[in-house]
Amino acid sequence: MPQIPSRRGLLFGTAAVGAGALLTACTSNESEDEKPAANQNQPAASDKPGKPVTIGFAGPQADHGWLNAINENAESRAKKYSDVTLEITEGANDTAAQIGQIETLINKKVDVLVILPADGKALTQVGLKAMRAGIPVINLDRVFNSPQAYRCYIGGDNYGMGLNAGHYIGEKLKDKKGAKVVELAGLDNLELTKQRTQGFDDALKNYPNISKVARQAADFTVESGQAKMAQLLQAQKQIDALWNHDDDQGVGALRAIEQAGRDEFLMVGGAGALAAFEAIKQDRGVLKATVLYPPTMAASAIDLARALGQGKGISGTAEFEIPASVTLYSAVVDKDNVDQYMATGFK
Amino acid sequence: MTQPVSPAQRDGSPAGPDLRKTPGQPPDPGGAGGRSPRSGARVALARADVRTLSLVGVLAVLVLIGGITKPEEFLDTTNLQLVLTQSSIIGVVTVGMTFVIMSGGIDLSVGAIVALASVWATTVATQEYGFAGILFTAVLVGLGCGLVNGVLIAYGGMVPFIATLAMLASARGLALQITDGKTQVVSLDSILDLGERDAYILGVPPLVIVFAGVTVIGWLLLNRTTFGRRTVAVGGNPEAARLAGIDVRRQRLYLYLLSGLCCGIAAFLLIILSGSGQNTNGNLYELDAIAAAIIGGTLLSGGRGTIVGSVLGVLIFTTITNIFALNNLQSDVQQIAKGAIIVAAVLVQRRTSSHT
Repeated sequence: MPQIPSRRGLLFGTAAVGAGALLTACTSNESEDEKPAANQNQPAASDKPGKPVTIGFAGPQADHGWLNAINENAESRAKKYSDVTLEITEGANDTAAQIGQIETLINKKVDVLVILPADGKALTQVGLKAMRAGIPVINLDRVFNSPQAYRCYIGGDNYGMGLNAGHYIGEKLKDKKGAKVVELAGLDNLELTKQRTQGFDDALKNYPNISKVARQAADFTVESGQAKMAQLLQAQKQIDALWNHDDDQGVGALRAIEQAGRDEFLMVGGAGALAAFEAIKQDRGVLKATVLYPPTMAASAIDLARALGQGKGISGTAEFEIPASVTLYSAVVDKDNVDQYMATGFK
Repeated sequence: MTQPVSPAQRDGSPAGPDLRKTPGQPPDPGGAGGRSPRSGARVALARADVRTLSLVGVLAVLVLIGGITKPEEFLDTTNLQLVLTQSSIIGVVTVGMTFVIMSGGIDLSVGAIVALASVWATTVATQEYGFAGILFTAVLVGLGCGLVNGVLIAYGGMVPFIATLAMLASARGLALQITDGKTQVVSLDSILDLGERDAYILGVPPLVIVFAGVTVIGWLLLNRTTFGRRTVAVGGNPEAARLAGIDVRRQRLYLYLLSGLCCGIAAFLLIILSGSGQNTNGNLYELDAIAAAIIGGTLLSGGRGTIVGSVLGVLIFTTITNIFALNNLQSDVQQIAKGAIIVAAVLVQRRTSSHT
């Protein structure tokens, strides 16, 4: 896109120029205010109040600790900004219902939309509709089918979760001959579960002494975690490590481990629940680490939406606009660094 | 249960087939009962036995498969304890469901009631009302939901499918509202200890004892009481039952209360087992319980069914899941097998009933 530098110069660095007519329309009306600042500095969003922005937020039903934390992160971040109004819809797991809610937000003419679709593929069309209506979309976590349906994607790294969990376990067991690892996966009909498993398997390939001897899928619920883990432990009399995809089902898995009286292995969780952090900190059982899938992404999505609405970039990067995609890092939290993450733990 | 008079006797006609000896057999649908000969009852008894035996056979085959594929893991006490424990919760729900289906009704709300009862009881627990607080809350919430279902169906004239579907939706919604999507972790040792190995009585987990107790009470209730005979009569032919002097509406109310009670007990067991309450608890219990009751020989149209059959149905499903997990097969295969078993069982039943 060779025309970008010249246009950028013309507009003195106001944001989102290359992204299409709708974004230009959205941002050009404020270019006057931004000119002086843009001349010298990057127009990065700051905590200082700027142009008022109304952000529409549509997410799935919070029937799970992580999703609930998503909503809370979005709400508390929006409250931090005096220039942000958050229009939050009732969560819906039904595709049709969520489409309806997003259409309502479009009709209300919010400035920016943050959408965490219950099903990314199924909601692509309504994302496109919002973009065509001139409302830029921040696509949160579950990606739309078409890049045209969103201005910016921000989400977690499921493959990276598996990869980092695998490497953590690999390093812990690298001196152990014939080490046995089991995996308690999440809901198997979700693509993210397959990505997590793929990353895990790929990481384990680096450690020829380790073999994955069993994998069972649970449903991300405490009940299923308990039931499937009890079966796994019955099937495998001796294991060295367990990777559990989700800390919520991990509550049940830990219960099953306790009931079976097993403690010969190390367990790595996933997501970053407060209960998991506390167990890791106190070092009171098999759970030694958890791989993050941070719900703070919702707060970051509000930051990005505000910057987009105000036509600014974000600080810490050289670009004038917010990035097209941000993928979070799935850090491994263990006893050594758990204090740093405690505040982000969700109930 | 104030009038221990069978519909046939009340009608003044000669004593009908002895329902005591034919568990789950409806009275002669041709009338208010009483005209079918004793031999008919015996044939019916034989038919029920064939059905039960075929289920025992299926279970035996499964045990054989488990024993061959994973002899060490499958055939040990710990695994037997595990299979029975995992059958307990859904088993208790299925006993209640069997009564409801036998009366010609259906209860789609069982899973949601389990979820609601478990989260209500565990939010009380976090306020530290102790063991009894959790138990009573779970049971009362179950009974309360059952009461609403029963009143809507028996006195409000609502179709059971719709009334319990509405309960499914609202109980799940309420459970979500109470928990805010958060898992309610129980920290009471008196509750948690019941799920531990130390609590086993002669090697039997407390959960399994409760399951066995509910099964026995359910069997007695169905086969040895007026309540049971009325349930069968209402399911077989409600109009005939009404003419025979049975208060059909009150009977229906009692049945949904019973189902709710079972859900409350199941919720309490689930709290013991998982150490927590969550709004996702009891997911798809309604389908599992209906499936177990149906492969156990309960007619979806009502009038026929056995508690033993339903319990065997539950055990068959849990054993399959266990064998599949021990052999590290994935859940998709498990679901396909479950579907196939339902179809096979119903086909076998159709054959056995058409032969006689």
